[in-house]
Amino acid sequence: MACFLVSGAEGVAVTAVRSAVKKHEIEEGVVDEHGKQITDPAEDGFCWTRKLSWLMNMLWGGALLLLIEHIWHGEVVPWFPFLTAMSTPSEIPAMLFEMATVGVAMAVLVTAVWGCVTLVADFAVKHSKRRVGIEEA
Amino acid sequence: MTLIITAAAAVVATVVWFVLLPNNKFRIGVLALIYWAASLMWCVDGFANLFAGEPFIELHDSAVMSDDALLGGIVVLIGLIVWVVYLIVRGLRHTSPKTP
Repeated sequence: MACFLVSGAEGVAVTAVRSAVKKHEIEEGVVDEHGKQITDPAEDGFCWTRKLSWLMNMLWGGALLLLIEHIWHGEVVPWFPFLTAMSTPSEIPAMLFEMATVGVAMAVLVTAVWGCVTLVADFAVKHSKRRVGIEEA
Repeated sequence: MTLIITAAAAVVATVVWFVLLPNNKFRIGVLALIYWAASLMWCVDGFANLFAGEPFIELHDSAVMSDDALLGGIVVLIGLIVWVVYLIVRGLRHTSPKTP
């Protein structure tokens, strides 16, 4: 019905957080003005600007593709109130319940997978440095 | 079927990203992340269907399957369009002259 809205809302929040983090990391000399990491990821791991970009891409991209699915199934329409469930008062509680269960579960799962990806990516980039160091030695 | 097609697209995008790993010019990782996120979300949708007593993926009704397959194709195509737009916008932002 409208489960993708939860991921979309988290996407908005993550975009705002990433913007603030990017400013902070520019001041600290971790990233340049385009958000590109200046420091060596093999030493410090990936910067948070980059990590939050991954989550942002996942949330926005996933929510957009689910929006397409909802349009396909006639659950989202291009006129007010945009969600067909909103036109029928009896369907509104069911829509809110779906957002609170399925929508929240989607957002939590995507965020959890992103958390695992960041841990693996940091480990991999630091490990690769160590291997290069051993080979060079 | 939408989930299967999107997950297959995610696997292909991930393999291509990994093969071209030193060259990150085309940001294929972004495309892979988009497809993976949508696949994860549809997995949750599938489990919600299971809890409601419906199948995880409809594999018996051929009409529903073909409709879902067509939707899967459209979703993959829109993912590609989003990625191309991302590349264009990113390219424009990185080549635009700095304002004083």
